[in-house]
This record gives sequence, C-alpha cells and structure tokens, in this order.
Amino acid sequence: MPDVTTNGAPTIQVQNLAKWYGDFTALDDVSFDVQKGEIVGFLGPNGAGKTTTMRILTGYMPPSSGTARVAGYDVFNDSIEVRKRIGYLPETVPLYTEMTVWDYLDFCARLRSVPDRDAAVERVMEMTSIGERADTLIGKLSKGFRQRVGIAQALVHSPEVLIMDEPTIGLDPKQIIDIRNLIRSLAGEHTVILSTHILPEVSQTCSRVLIINDGKIVAEDTPERLGARVRGAEHIRLQVAQAAPDIPAELEKIQGVLSAQAQADGVYEIETNLGSDRRADIAAMAVQRGWGLLELRTVSLSLEEVFLKLTTEEAAQ
Amino acid sequence: MKNLWTITQREVKAYFVSPIAYVVSAAVLVMMSVLFVAILLQTRDSSLRPLFSNMFFLFVIFAPALTMKQLAEEQRMGTIELLLTSPVHDWQVVLGKFLGSFILFVVMWLVPTLFYVLILQVFGSPDYGSILSAYLGFLLIGAACLALGMFASSLTQNQAIAFIVGAVGLLLMWIADVAVAIVGPGAVSDALTYLALPRHFNDFFQGMIDTTNLVYALSVVVIFLFLATQVLQSRRWR
Repeated sequence: MPDVTTNGAPTIQVQNLAKWYGDFTALDDVSFDVQKGEIVGFLGPNGAGKTTTMRILTGYMPPSSGTARVAGYDVFNDSIEVRKRIGYLPETVPLYTEMTVWDYLDFCARLRSVPDRDAAVERVMEMTSIGERADTLIGKLSKGFRQRVGIAQALVHSPEVLIMDEPTIGLDPKQIIDIRNLIRSLAGEHTVILSTHILPEVSQTCSRVLIINDGKIVAEDTPERLGARVRGAEHIRLQVAQAAPDIPAELEKIQGVLSAQAQADGVYEIETNLGSDRRADIAAMAVQRGWGLLELRTVSLSLEEVFLKLTTEEAAQ
Repeated sequence: MKNLWTITQREVKAYFVSPIAYVVSAAVLVMMSVLFVAILLQTRDSSLRPLFSNMFFLFVIFAPALTMKQLAEEQRMGTIELLLTSPVHDWQVVLGKFLGSFILFVVMWLVPTLFYVLILQVFGSPDYGSILSAYLGFLLIGAACLALGMFASSLTQNQAIAFIVGAVGLLLMWIADVAVAIVGPGAVSDALTYLALPRHFNDFFQGMIDTTNLVYALSVVVIFLFLATQVLQSRRWR
C-alpha cells in the first residue's frame, strides 16, 4: 500500500473493478488507491487493461462490476461530478482538425465551464509551449504539437485529477523531456495517472507504479522498491583477469551461492540467497585461487527486467 | 444547457469551414430554383404549395448529407471520447449536434426561399396564412429528416454508410404507405399509412395546421434523437 502521507480519503479509490466484453475479460478484480498529489504510472503491455481502467475512471464506460470513486464521487452514479474534476488525454488525441488551436482549447474550456477562458487557454498554451501556434489549424500541426494540444486540453480547467493515456507517444526526445518535466511539476496540486509501456517514463515521472497485465495488477510499489521486491535473489557480478571453465563450479561451492554463470570475457553472473551478502567469500576465493579479481559488485535489476519478469511469470502460471 | 449551446455553436462553425455546407446548400438552391421557376410558369399560382410538396427528393438526398458526419466522424476520429468524458450528458451531445444541423438547414436552405415569397409578392398576391403554414411544415419536415439522419450517423464510423442508411431510411418513410398494397388492409397497413411522411406535411403546405401532424413530426424527431442517444450509450453495455 502507498507510503504517502495522507490527509483524508484517497482521491481515487478503485475496488474490485472488473470489465468484460462478452467472453473477454479486460479487467479482473482490480483494486487500488491514489492519494492526492501522487503521480501514478500504469505500466503494462498493450491490451493489459490500462485504457479500460482509464475509460472507467473518466466515465466513458461503466465497470461490469466493482466500484470506482474519484474525489468521493462514484464514477457511474455521479458521472458528471467526476467528469468536472478530471482532465483526460485519451490514447487517440481527440482533436477537431478543422479548428484552430485557440478555438479548440476555448471550446474545451467552455464545455467545462471555465470562468476566465482567455486566461485559462493562455496558461495551458504556455505550459505546453504551443503559444506560437494559437491560430494554426490543428490539421496542419505535426504529431508532437497535436499531442501537446491534447495535453493542454486536459489541463485547461485545472482538474483535480489528470488521466493521461500514453502522454509522450509520438514526441521527439526533447519534447518527451519537456512533457515529463511538465507532468512532474503537476505533482502535489494535481493527482496524476498516466499509462505507458515505456519503462524509463515510469521511473522518471512517477512516485508509484502499478504494473498491469492481463487485466490484473501484478505489482504495485515505488519504482525503486519494486526493483528490490522482485529480486528473488541477489545478483552479483564478478570479473576476473584469468577466465577458466571451472570457475562457475568453484563459485557454486560457496555456501549461499545458488548459481554462477559465465558471461563474456571473464565476467560471471552469480545468484545468491536473498539477504545474504557473499561478496567477501567470493573475493577471498578469487584471491586465493589467483583468478585476478578485477570487479565485484551487486547488480540491481532495472525496471525493464522487473517488468519482463513480472509479466512473463504471470503468464507462466 | 450552456454546454448544449456550446456544442451547437461548434457544429455550426464546423459546417462553415468544411465544403459540405456550401456544396449541399448550392445544390439545394439550384434544384429548388429550377422547380420554383418551372412550377410558377406552368401554374401561374402565387403559392408555395406545389414547390414544397415536390421537394421530397431534396430532403431524402440532402438531409442525410448534412448529418452524415455528425456522429460518424466523431466516432472515427475519437473526438467522441472528448465529448463523452466532458461534464455533458449524452443526450446533450446528440441534441446539440442536431440543433447545429437544424440551424444550418434554416439558414442555408429555408431562408433563401424567402426570395421566392418576395417574387410572388411582386408579381401576384400570395396568401400569407398558407405560406406561414407551409413554412411551419418545411421546418418540421426538415427537423424530422435531420433527426433520422443523426440516428443513421450514430450507427457507424463511416460517413458514406451513414448517408446511405439515412437516405434509404427516409425513402422508406416516404413510401411507407405504398407497402399497404403488399400487406393488405388491417392494423399493419393503418400503421404504415400513419408512418408515411408526405401525407402529414401536405396538410401544412395546403394551409392546414393539424395537431396530429404536429405531434407526428415532433415524435419522429424525439424518437430518432432518442435512438441516436441510445446508440451512443450502447458503449456502456457493449
């Protein structure tokens, strides 16, 4: 569960949410909370249920069973109240290509009853750096600009909750950095849920990750702790000057070492029991046998590996 | 209500930046003018009745042309997701868009015919009572056809299909009473006779305002807009 200091109920409460289309189960008993000001990332392969979850939260479609509440309102029964508090960037950016950027954002602001529309539109155009394109037809904009207009649209009424489905898709690296900075700057005041299948995005922008696969949440934690949690074993990397075929067998004789595998150029990957640090023993052996110790360190799994591991393990069950 | 008007305004503006409004309006005006002149030269009658009662094929073709993109294009482009996750009810989206096409219909289609009235006034002495009644019929027939077109547009993401479904639907409503010959007399044929569009509107064109005809026209509008809303909401249980 989240280790974020809270005052009051979570902004988003999802309980036992399920969604099925005919025989196909898109979401299966999903529960999670999001606290005010958090940035939560949904991570999962395509078709995992990220978009379905977001569509339920935004009131686009109701769940088949279970409940979801946003700012205390039920997403189905008080849908309009929920929608007032949500800014949503769908996967397909909903743009009217025959409108200018300004007219479009003004239209979105009117739909959501923004009091001072000119100021609001100018504010979000500045936030997303599209100010110089105010009078350009959206149909004439590049993919990157369109994506930013979509984000501006989601922000124009300063929503309590911001839900973004793949917000950085189609952007160039510089724009991705800008958008990630923008999303990070929203933390605290806004509660943000974003989905992605790009791993660095999660570790760079999110305070918490929900990994979704096959309609289920398979892991939920901070990006750092998720890495530690998934490590069923400690991994140690050893590099020696004198590579020899019998080294793995020798290493496995050390108590607590589960396995040792030779990689390229005298590098060995050693797996040990969780919570036991065998580096001293390994160093002693390397020195004693005269292998010529060059490097010895613990390896932490990258989120990529965590993700792969979680989703493939889930599939194997 | 403010949101509904916001949607209506956007629809009207969208019409004027796309060629469809101009193409449809130009086509309608050309066809109507040819009809008007031909009928006037033959009948020498300063009335709009023969013109309006001969215009049915214009509605069959051009009403669905105005509405075909309304919901189909939104569904294709994904913009429907913006509207349906905004603090707006589904029926407001449908009604707002319907009003948009209705306003366009009035401005680009009905208003120019006032020029015919002017011509009748200059060269003859028209009966303004029956002309007003004919215009009421014109408004109602337009609303009914546009509502059916909206429903057709809600069914698909493809504008061409929306157009054909709308046009065929209107044709069937136009000739519903022809089917009486197939089913023979009875309750079904009574229903079909009632459903047929032209007989309800000919009364208006002849200067008669009958409440049954008013109720008929308004029910057609309400039913098809309701059905279009139901189709949008079907995402909830699909």
